[in-house]
Amino acid sequence: MPGLLSLDLLLVAAAAWLALGLIGLFASRNQALVSQVLFPAGALVGLLVGVTGIAALGGDPQTAVLVIGLPDLPFHLRLDNLSAIFAILLGLTSAGISVYSAGYFGKGDVAGLGTLCLEYHVFLASMLMVLLADDAYAFMVAWECMALSSFFLVTTDHKHEEIRDAGFLYLLIAHIGAIGILLCFGVMTGGAGDYSFAAMRTQELAPFWTSAAFLLALAGFGAKAGLVPLHVWLPEAHPAAPSPVSAMMSGVMLKTAIYGLLRVSFDLLHTTVWWWGVVALVVGLVTALFGVLYATVQNDMKRLLAYSSIENIGLIAVAIGLTLIFHAYGMDALAALAMTAVLYHCLAHAGFKSLLFLCTGSVLHATKERNLGKLGGLIHPMPWVAWLALAGIIAGAGLPPLSGFVSEWLLLQGFLFSPGLPHPWLNMVVPVAAALVVLVAALAGFAMVKFYGIIFLGQMRDPALKDAHDAGPWEKVGLVWLALITLLLGVLPSTVILRLDAATRQLLGAGLSDTLNEQGWWMLAPISAERASYEPLIVLVTIAVVLLLARWLVRTLFHGRVRRSSPWDCGYHFEGPRAQDTAEGFSQPIRRIFEPVFRMQRHFPAARDKQPFYSVKVEDHFWYWCYLPIARLANRISAMIVTLQGGRIAVYLMYSFITLLVLLMVARP
Amino acid sequence: MTPSIPLSAQLINLFAAVILLLAFAMLAQRRMHSLVNLFALQGLALCLATLVAAVTTGQVHLYFSAGLTLLLKVVALPWILYRLVRQLNIKGDVEALINIPTTMLVGIGLVMVAFNVALPISELSHTITRGTLGIALAVIMLAFLMMITRQKAISQVVGFLSMENGLFLAATSATYGMPMVVELGIALDVLVGMIILGVFFFQIRDQFDSLDIRHMEKLKDS
Repeated sequence: MPGLLSLDLLLVAAAAWLALGLIGLFASRNQALVSQVLFPAGALVGLLVGVTGIAALGGDPQTAVLVIGLPDLPFHLRLDNLSAIFAILLGLTSAGISVYSAGYFGKGDVAGLGTLCLEYHVFLASMLMVLLADDAYAFMVAWECMALSSFFLVTTDHKHEEIRDAGFLYLLIAHIGAIGILLCFGVMTGGAGDYSFAAMRTQELAPFWTSAAFLLALAGFGAKAGLVPLHVWLPEAHPAAPSPVSAMMSGVMLKTAIYGLLRVSFDLLHTTVWWWGVVALVVGLVTALFGVLYATVQNDMKRLLAYSSIENIGLIAVAIGLTLIFHAYGMDALAALAMTAVLYHCLAHAGFKSLLFLCTGSVLHATKERNLGKLGGLIHPMPWVAWLALAGIIAGAGLPPLSGFVSEWLLLQGFLFSPGLPHPWLNMVVPVAAALVVLVAALAGFAMVKFYGIIFLGQMRDPALKDAHDAGPWEKVGLVWLALITLLLGVLPSTVILRLDAATRQLLGAGLSDTLNEQGWWMLAPISAERASYEPLIVLVTIAVVLLLARWLVRTLFHGRVRRSSPWDCGYHFEGPRAQDTAEGFSQPIRRIFEPVFRMQRHFPAARDKQPFYSVKVEDHFWYWCYLPIARLANRISAMIVTLQGGRIAVYLMYSFITLLVLLMVARP
Repeated sequence: MTPSIPLSAQLINLFAAVILLLAFAMLAQRRMHSLVNLFALQGLALCLATLVAAVTTGQVHLYFSAGLTLLLKVVALPWILYRLVRQLNIKGDVEALINIPTTMLVGIGLVMVAFNVALPISELSHTITRGTLGIALAVIMLAFLMMITRQKAISQVVGFLSMENGLFLAATSATYGMPMVVELGIALDVLVGMIILGVFFFQIRDQFDSLDIRHMEKLKDS
């Protein structure tokens, strides 16, 4: 389209989202309009964003200057391949979530639907502006809009104190992160005072300041993404928010932080130092391991998914670290491989994690229960949700043939080439990291099996669950859409990677397209077919054939008599559903093996207890190591300062007066 | 005074001295009604000082400043204050935290400090009004002192407004006034602040049945 640039289309989309939000605010009394018209319209805009992003891939960067902003400080915008990829992620994921929201919020138990609609669409528009911003000022404005709108979304249900607390924690850490990002931009201007990204790209900084900028960016964006130890807001905010909001935050918002980190470390800072990669790798590994271990022991389904998001962000950080290491040594083909893993995992995680969060939303709506210990057997009353959740589970567990496997496989492929690194120490350490990544992947599978098995399989732990209703039509559309994304990302990796190629070429000057173009679209062999290749369609067909064959064999060749009995009763059919493996029981081995990692309070029943009970509470070490000491210090300092605050205006005036006098005396010309 | 000082500068110094004298008078005045009278007089003196400066230097915007001062500080604000005093019925004495002779002594000390501090600054300035800088600083400090020592909320506001007078005098004496935009902005701020504070007086009285600010100590968060 020569007349209308993709960038203009995206701006129109952002404006359309804002307009939808405003209409929602003014029409908040008309619930049907807001839920049945505005949210689906928002989904269409999301689709437009996604398609525009796809169309813009591979093209030259487009720039624009918006007239809004401060005088002399307009918003600079730029659409290049990296922003296009994240715009696709935002558009396509939000399309599914918006459609789902039309059903979820249309059920009449959400107070203030109008303001929610406004906050939701402002959230979407500001995320889009974050991706398009081309100067620090526009970026920070959009970034803060995103943080604030998502804060209000998290505290939608603000009548509960724990939800307000979660919102406060989120806002606090978001601001700590924002300070880091602001300082990072400040360092990157190099004191020249020009805050446009174009100036930062050409700025030559001293090595110390380059590293400082990278570390500030890692901390700042890490706070938003949930890297340890700034992850604590995630498991609090996600359960507090309504499910579509959790899906949006986990699926899309965390990725804007990844976008920012990529933008700073590969685009704005045009040099790379190898130890940056090691820092990112180690932080990512700790985050991934921590996230997955805590995910396995959670009994609240949304907390479980929140910790799983921490794990996935950790894996992405590991991949970023690997990319930095390869890039610093000029091994551009391998850097491109790791970068592809980063981008692919962002897309895959956006798809399957929002799918899973939406599924928890449907379960929550149907049962009013978030505690895994009170669910079970929901596959019977809710077949749609259960089967679609299975797609998300398989992807989340990193199993073929769905999306999660592809990205983790690419990441591990990258690790397999690390012995070629020209640095003896890295040569030895990086394979250990690979082993840990595999451990994380296996434990992620464990967490996902727990999530799915306890919620959907087995017998219903509560007889009231029989009345649970399946998802409504809007919700089904949203879930199917996200499951479809997960499936397509899983079975068409080469096609997708050829699209991602534009971004890796822009950032690293190398891509995977040369090797991939020689192969067919069905096969993925990132370096060479002799070394390792993956044909997802063959896996898919094999799985399908084996399943059908087994079913056919059992039904026809075997005796054919089908006997139904209660699942998960271990043969003791008189024990009832309460005797099934519980969420706590399922994760007991993990709690045992990794005992030092958790801070646990357990109560075991004694042999002669009249009313025996068992309880376990798992808490985060980081609260006790990092946050509570800081909180106590702040309290102590405040207690000292409060003595100054006598409450008398005359005394306060006296303070100012004395300060004035002293300054006049001291600061003489 | 040496005869080499021109008449206009002498006039300005005279008015500045009047302003300082009025500041002392305000510090000593217990009656609310007279306090507002003194404030209006101070405004008038300020206006005249600015007018003389305007005539001498021929700067057009100083005429505007003088007009603005006349309108705002001699007419509008005293009128609002009189109304407040009447409506809130607070003609009575204003009891000071420190007794008045002590306050006056402290005030004299402050004036000496102000002159001492302003001396090197006024030597840098080349305006004919530069001698008044010390006076302006002294007025600011005296007004501040008044805010500290008074108990009633309304006399603190008068102190605040008198401090603004001092700032205005300082600006005029050091640089022939601030840019017009800034001056207009400050004038508007003072007016709006006055209106808001007027509303607050009623709120404070409704809440505590008194305008005594000691009651607000209860608001302390402990």
